[in-house]
Amino acid sequence: MRIVADNLACRRSERLIFANLSFTLADGQALVVTGRNGAGKSSLLAILAARLRPEAGNVRVEGAGEAPLTELVNFVGHRDGLKSALTAEENLAFARAILGRAALTPKEALARVGLEHAARLPVAYLSAGQRRRVGLARLFVSARPVWLLDEPTSALDAASQEALGVAMRDHLAAGGLIIAATHAPLGLDGAATLRIERPVLAADAGEAA
Amino acid sequence: MTRALAALLVRDLKLAGRIGGSGALGLGFFVMLVTVVPFALGPDLNLLARIGPAILWLAAVLATLIGLDRLFQADEEDGSLDLLMHAEAPLELIVVVKGFAHWLTTGLPLALCAPFLGLLIALTPEAMLAVSATLLVGTPALTFIGGVGAALTATMRRGGLLLSVLVLPLMVPTLIFGVSAANAATGGTIPFLTPFLILIALSLLAIVIGTVAAAAALRHGS
Repeated sequence: MRIVADNLACRRSERLIFANLSFTLADGQALVVTGRNGAGKSSLLAILAARLRPEAGNVRVEGAGEAPLTELVNFVGHRDGLKSALTAEENLAFARAILGRAALTPKEALARVGLEHAARLPVAYLSAGQRRRVGLARLFVSARPVWLLDEPTSALDAASQEALGVAMRDHLAAGGLIIAATHAPLGLDGAATLRIERPVLAADAGEAA
Repeated sequence: MTRALAALLVRDLKLAGRIGGSGALGLGFFVMLVTVVPFALGPDLNLLARIGPAILWLAAVLATLIGLDRLFQADEEDGSLDLLMHAEAPLELIVVVKGFAHWLTTGLPLALCAPFLGLLIALTPEAMLAVSATLLVGTPALTFIGGVGAALTATMRRGGLLLSVLVLPLMVPTLIFGVSAANAATGGTIPFLTPFLILIALSLLAIVIGTVAAAAALRHGS
């Protein structure tokens, strides 16, 4: 399958964040989105996750049958999507049922991020890095082909970053796709890089003159 | 898909029951409101019995409103809404299940608890039964009308007031027919069944229209 983004533009409350953004991503490929703070990395991921409408352009999936992109993506964003009152295991079991295409069990997924001991703890008791790891464990409970990751390494220690790199390389080797917005290197060799620059606006040009 | 919806129902019921959940909030508010009314009105049993159904219904409307702003906002805040939007089930079904879970933890306890509170305001046994029955079939309308407001205000930090202002006028027909059905059961000129059937119709209508509207609001809300 292929994801094709065509001339995407994003506007948030009257401000044009980016425009004319195009890329194509096929099986086994990764795209690393970079850019300074506020450049629109998260907005791009929100558009791909169908949580934000693009001002112009479109995103389409080719060769994936009937399934829309929303049923192919596994999104781990800034907000970890975990319920504090539920245990790590309950959170993952819920994600597994909601996302479908069941893969690892919650226990196995937690073992993969090194948190099997925290399975029965409410997520509220976990540290920021541990929460992040439970959020990332969601990638393993469902065999969805497209991983959308927003700053996946934030709050992770070096060992966890290493483990995430391994998991991402495994996913690509298995024919998956990854789109990640990040500042830190992810250790993905051969990943395409998309740098979002701020478009030159007519208003800005006028101010500069 | 059924598995996903069942998991959502179980999760929402669990969350309502855990510490910090909204499970007891509506019921607690309902009980407190109805309990203080006799103190404010004084021991005039005839007066209490006459306005009793109206008091219970008013309290039910307010008790439903009080926790409603968290229906989608809680999921929006922690990012769970992204997960729900990516579910294999259509968003409309997700909204129905969330509304149903909310009703199970708010509307249903109110209806079940109403007969006991009826004792405090000197309701006759028939009136208790009638109020309970009208609340049972009428509270789904309150939940699903409110769900539209909850979806519209999901991304707002302090959406509670706006939510109430938006949905309270839409809840008025339900209130009118709920109280008139309860009153009709204890005498009066109209038969009980007429307003009762309209109340059921309002609930069914609210479930359908409210679900579609709330799903549309969530899709356009981000």
